[in-house]
Amino acid sequence: MSPDLRVRLSQVELVNPIMTAAGCAGTGRELARFVDLARIGAIVTKSVMLEPRAGRPAPRMAETPSGMLSAIGLQGPGVDVFLQRDLPWLLSRGGHTVVSIAGGSASEYAELARRLSEASGVGMIEVNLSCPNPASQGRDFTDEPAEAARVVHAVRSHARSDIPVFAKLAPDVPDLVGLATACVEARADGLSMINAVRGMAIDPVTLRPAVAGGMGGVSGPAIRPIAVGCVHRVHAALPEVPIIGMGGVRTGTDVLEFIAAGASSVAVGTVNFADPSACARILREFEEAVEGRGVARVGELVGAAHRPIGAALGG
Amino acid sequence: MAPGIAERFRSGQFVAVAVGGEHSGMLLRRPFAIHDVKPDYGGTVEFLFAVRGAGTAWLAERRSRDLLDVVGPLGRPFPLPRDPVNCVLVGGGSGCAPLFPLAHSLRRRGCRVDFVLGAASADRVCSAITARRVAETATFTTDDGSFGVRGRVTDPLGQVIEEARSDVVYACGPMAMLRAATAVADQHGIPTQVSVEETMACGTGICMTCVIPIVGEDGITRMVRSCVDGPVFRGEQVRFDDVGTIPFDALGAPGWKAQGDGDRAADREAG
Ligand SMILES: Cc1cc2nc3c(=O)[nH]c(=O)nc-3n(C[C@H](O)[C@H](O)[C@H](O)COP(=O)(O)OP(=O)(O)OC[C@H]3O[C@@H](n4cnc5c(N)ncnc54)[C@H](O)[C@@H]3O)c2cc1C
Ligand SMILES: Cc1cc2nc3c(=O)[nH]c(=O)nc-3n(C[C@H](O)[C@H](O)[C@H](O)COP(=O)(O)O)c2cc1C
Ligand code: FES
Repeated sequence: MSPDLRVRLSQVELVNPIMTAAGCAGTGRELARFVDLARIGAIVTKSVMLEPRAGRPAPRMAETPSGMLSAIGLQGPGVDVFLQRDLPWLLSRGGHTVVSIAGGSASEYAELARRLSEASGVGMIEVNLSCPNPASQGRDFTDEPAEAARVVHAVRSHARSDIPVFAKLAPDVPDLVGLATACVEARADGLSMINAVRGMAIDPVTLRPAVAGGMGGVSGPAIRPIAVGCVHRVHAALPEVPIIGMGGVRTGTDVLEFIAAGASSVAVGTVNFADPSACARILREFEEAVEGRGVARVGELVGAAHRPIGAALGG
Repeated sequence: MAPGIAERFRSGQFVAVAVGGEHSGMLLRRPFAIHDVKPDYGGTVEFLFAVRGAGTAWLAERRSRDLLDVVGPLGRPFPLPRDPVNCVLVGGGSGCAPLFPLAHSLRRRGCRVDFVLGAASADRVCSAITARRVAETATFTTDDGSFGVRGRVTDPLGQVIEEARSDVVYACGPMAMLRAATAVADQHGIPTQVSVEETMACGTGICMTCVIPIVGEDGITRMVRSCVDGPVFRGEQVRFDDVGTIPFDALGAPGWKAQGDGDRAADREAG
């Protein structure tokens, strides 16, 4: 019997736990040539901002071992164009749409939540907190749990009540569980983790940073153990809070790993660049992997790694 | 063998090739312009490459019948003229690969084709024989003078344009060469189609790493993805001097809103 792949994220149900990660699926149109977007659990958009944004200068990326370093700088057309052009297209495809938002102050995030709530079809809001906070010398919101909580609270207060709000966390913070708890206390319905890990690559010839602007985010399979560790820690501390896990997912077994660590669903990011049909392939592999375990529902496997030996495995 | 690619290919498009094998730490595909497609064995695809780093070194070790994981054809092809006009095709180094299928397409439309090909030295000159066969004239330059004229590929371009009474320039190669070719064509009052080589992580339009500043029909500069909106652009659209920067007047640049143009520009944002 084929297992029930449906998963629940707060008040939303997805047909399966495979999602795209923010900023790794274009507007959806580009990926739709390779993947039927209605078949995967959800598509997460590039982080949307209030205004159009040109992003960082090139070079924006350098390949690193089993991954890449990138600094895109949130290039995007702004919320007006997103609502007029990109969202209607995504909805026409019949998939579940999660809109990622980014801003420079709690009020900008709140305004975005308000605008998205006026539109129909936004299935969930993911709050990208890895953005510099000008009011705090440009430190990221994730670096200061109180600031992150202020943003989450503002978004939750302005978003329609039937739209779940997930806070997206960075891995490289002094107290991840403290940050997660602060976001949940600010009424986040769930958590997404992890964003790319801050890092740098230096060109061996010029001895200058390989990516314009110096620092970038490391993503891809290289960061998967970091990501699984983060999900495991946060799920142990906050077992009732749904988690979208991500970081280096390349195969169906990787998805299972995140679910066992405590994620309810799992997003595929950088690997889409290497394999444009990755989401469809990973879904297939995941389904086979779950089938082999003889469980009736994927939900039974969430947090399996936290259970005592012997109790963890279906089948 | 790659039947799907061979059938749909139009000149100027590229393929993205996985390198290093399935368990390689080299995650990203390498983009290569398609040099030729043939109907043999149900469709084959050829690309030419120079070894630059670990990925191309791995490719150079492959033997015939080895399997390669290839995605394509990707990108926008060269636009072809409706009428039989005179075309100069300018290429530098391994960047000349896409010019050969282009030359064949142009010839099929009755266009005159002239080649100007440059390389560092004689052993790097690509397909001199093919170039001479398909083109009316073929001029070669090398940095060290070991083959053809000594100098840069754009040095003899003006003269070729005059002698061949060229109507359009097609150029492939490094950014500096594309800029110089566009400038020469501009001096002669003819348009240029350039194919750019910007670092690409995905090649399919989803990552936004490959952007360059492009001036749109409306006069507004945008950071445009060279993998899906290019790699072919009209030379005069590319802000060559600003490649590698975000021009202050680009849509969404820091301080851009101060121009009071927000509503209008936002409606037209492309990409
Ligand atoms: C549209 C397009 C068409 C191209 N066509 C050809 C061709 O026909 N023949 C040819 O020899 N080369 C071509 N190139 C360049 C080719 O992609 C690079 O030489 C190759 O990616 C280098 O890989 P590497 O692992 O050997 O080098 P490394 O330097 O080790 O590569 C590291 C990373 O940088 C990227 N990179 C390095 N150099 C370039 C470059 N010049 N352009 C884009 N990305 C780069 C790689 O893709 C990789 O992700 C083309 C590039 C583009 C964008
Ligand atoms: C090119 C690129 C762009 C990204 N853009 C965003 C973004 O707009 N918003 C966001 O929250 N995360 C963004 N991310 C982070 C990813 O969503 C994801 O959290 C991270 O890359 C780890 O997953 P991965 O290893 O599967 O890529 C981006 C990552 C990459 C590589
Ligand atoms: S290479 Fe990814 S968008 Fe162009």
